[in-house]
Amino acid sequence: MLTYIVRRILYSIPVLIISTFLSFTFVSLAGNPTLALKANPRFSQHTVDLIAARYHLNDPIPVRYAYWVKDVFTHKLGNSLSTLQPIWPDIERTMSHTLQFIVIAEVLALILGVAVGVYSAIRQYSVFDYSFTTISFLGFAMPTFWLALLLQILFVDVYLKWNVRIFYTSGLNNPHQGAWSIDRLQHLGLPILTLMIISFAGYSRYMRASMLDVINSDYVRTARAKGVAERTIIMRHVVRNALIPIVTFAALNFGALLGGAIVTETVFTLDGIGYYFIQKLNNNDLYAVMAYLLVTSVVIIVFNLIADILYGLLDPRIRYD
Amino acid sequence: MTELEREADGTVRVSDNVAPTQNPDLATPQVPYEIADDATVAAGLEIQTRSQWDYARRRFFRHRLAMLGLIGLIIIFGAGIFAGHVAQYSFEEIDLNNILHAPTLQGKHWFGTDNIGRDYFSRVVFGIRTSLEVGVVVAITSSIFGLIVGAFAGYFGGWIDNILMRITDLVLTLPALAILATASALLGSGNQWRTTFILAAFFWTGIARVVRGIFLSLREKEYVEAAKASGAGDWRIMFRHIVPNTLGPIIVNGTLAVGAAILTEAALSFLGFGIKPPTPSLGVLISEAQTSPQQWWLTVFPGLVIVLIVLCVNFVGDGLRDALDPQQRRVRA
Repeated sequence: MLTYIVRRILYSIPVLIISTFLSFTFVSLAGNPTLALKANPRFSQHTVDLIAARYHLNDPIPVRYAYWVKDVFTHKLGNSLSTLQPIWPDIERTMSHTLQFIVIAEVLALILGVAVGVYSAIRQYSVFDYSFTTISFLGFAMPTFWLALLLQILFVDVYLKWNVRIFYTSGLNNPHQGAWSIDRLQHLGLPILTLMIISFAGYSRYMRASMLDVINSDYVRTARAKGVAERTIIMRHVVRNALIPIVTFAALNFGALLGGAIVTETVFTLDGIGYYFIQKLNNNDLYAVMAYLLVTSVVIIVFNLIADILYGLLDPRIRYD
Repeated sequence: MTELEREADGTVRVSDNVAPTQNPDLATPQVPYEIADDATVAAGLEIQTRSQWDYARRRFFRHRLAMLGLIGLIIIFGAGIFAGHVAQYSFEEIDLNNILHAPTLQGKHWFGTDNIGRDYFSRVVFGIRTSLEVGVVVAITSSIFGLIVGAFAGYFGGWIDNILMRITDLVLTLPALAILATASALLGSGNQWRTTFILAAFFWTGIARVVRGIFLSLREKEYVEAAKASGAGDWRIMFRHIVPNTLGPIIVNGTLAVGAAILTEAALSFLGFGIKPPTPSLGVLISEAQTSPQQWWLTVFPGLVIVLIVLCVNFVGDGLRDALDPQQRRVRA
C-alpha cells in the first residue's frame, strides 16, 4: 500500500513537469506580459526593460522555465507580472474562497444525489424516478454559465420587484463582513446552487446505475432468499456496495468542479481562483497563470490519489501491487 | 424456427420465432432454402436477409427517445443550415427604432430584439449554424484522429501507446476549460475555425482511449489469430478485422461529442477565449446578453436552444448505444 502511494506520487512528478513545461511554453508564446506594464504611464521604457531583465523575460523559454521552477520552491510561486506583487497571498485567498463554495456545493450535491439515486433505484420506473431522470438529463445538457446567469437574472428581478434580498448576485461579501457570516452565505448561495445542480445531475444518475448493478447481483438474491428484511438488504448489502464507485466519481468530479468554478466565478464576479485565472490569462500574466495551473493540477492529482486509496480501502477485492 | 411474414409491400421477411435474447446466434437469419422454394418465387416474393446493421437500424428506429431526439435535431439543425431562409432578418441588421423589444409577434421579432435592434430570432438561428458547424466538425475530426491514434496505440503498444497515455494523463490533471483557455490564448481566439481546431485537438484523446481499449481486448481474440495464421498483414487485421468492431462505440462517442463540443464552445466563448462577435454563436449571444440582464429573453433563448440541442444529441447517442450493442436485444419491438 505504502509503496503504491509512493510510486503514484513519484509517477505524478514527471507528469507535472511535462504539463507545467508545456503550459509555460504556451503562455510564454501567447503574448508579451510587459504590455500591461507599458500601458501604465508611471513606468518608463527603462523601468519596463529593467523589469523584463529582472524577471528573465528576455531569456529563452527553457531557461525561463528553470528560473520559474526555482521561484516556485524558493519564493512561493514568485511574483505576478501584472502587479509585481507576490502571487502566493493571492492564491491563498482566492483558493480559500473557491474551496469554501465548492466544498459546500459538492457535499450538498453528494448527499442529495445519493439519496435520490438510492430511492430512484428502489422505485425504478416510478414517477419519482422519471422526474429525477428528466431533471438530471436537463442538468447534463445545461451550460453551467447559463444556469448561473438564469439564477442571477431571477434573483435580480426578485430584488427589484419586491425589494427582497435573498441572495446577492455578485461579489464575495459586503464590507466589514467576515468569512463565516450570513452575508457571505447570501453571496455564495447562487454559486453553490449552480454547481450543486450540475453535480447533482451526475451523482444521482451514477448512484442509480450503481444501485441497479448491485440490486441485480447474486448476493442480493441470496440475501432475499434467506429472508433478510428488504430494508436491511438495501441499507446493508446494496447501498454500502453501491457507494464504492461513487467515491472515485466524486474525486474525479473535483477537477470538473474546479473547471466549472471558472465560469461560475466569472458570472458572479467572485474573488475565487477561477476568476483570478481568467483575469491573469487576459493580461498574459505568465507567472500568475502558471501558479494557477500548478496549484490546480496538484490539487487534482492529490484528489485522484485519495480516490484510488479510498477505493482500495473500501473494496477489499481491489489489490495494489 | 423461422416463419414467413407477409408485409404490406408484398415482400416476404424471414424472422426468428424464438425470443432473440435466448438465441443470439440466430440474430442474422440465414436464408432457409426450404422456404425460398418454387412456390415463393412463383408468387413473386423475394427473400430479405438482414445484416447486423439492419438490426441496429431497426432497433434505433424503435427507440422512442432517440427518435424524439432525432426529430428535434433535424428541426433545430435544419433551421441552422437553412438559416438564410428561416430567419426573417440578417443577423447583423440594425434597427435603432426597435431596440430591446420583448418577444412579440409584431414585426415577427419572435425572440425580441437586442440592444441595437437586431432581430434576436435571426441571430439565434445563425448562432445555431455556427455552433452546429463547430460541433459537427469537432466530432468528425476528433473521431477520425482518435480512431487512428487509438488503433495504433492499442495494436502496436510501444511508444505510440506511451505517448497517448501520457497525453491523456496531462489532459486529466487540469480542468478542461483551463487547458482550452490557455490554448486559445496561445493560438488566438475569435475565429470560428481556430476554436474548432482547439476543441478538436482536445476532444480526440477521449475517443482514442476508447478505441485503444477495444483494440487491446480484441487483438488477443482467436479470430485475429486466425487471420494472422492465414497470412493477413497488420494493416489488414487492424482495419479489416478490428476497426469494424470499434465503429459502434466510435459512432456513439462521436455523437455525444457533438453535444459536448457545443457546450464547451459556448463556455469558452462566454469567457472570451472562444468565438468572438460579430460571428454569432450561441455562446457569444449569451455572453453579449450579460450587458442587459433586465432583458431576460437575450439570455434565455440561446441557452434554451443549447439545452435542447444537447438533450437531443444525448438522446440520439443513448439510442445509438442501445442499437449498436450486438449483445443487447432488449429493445422493445
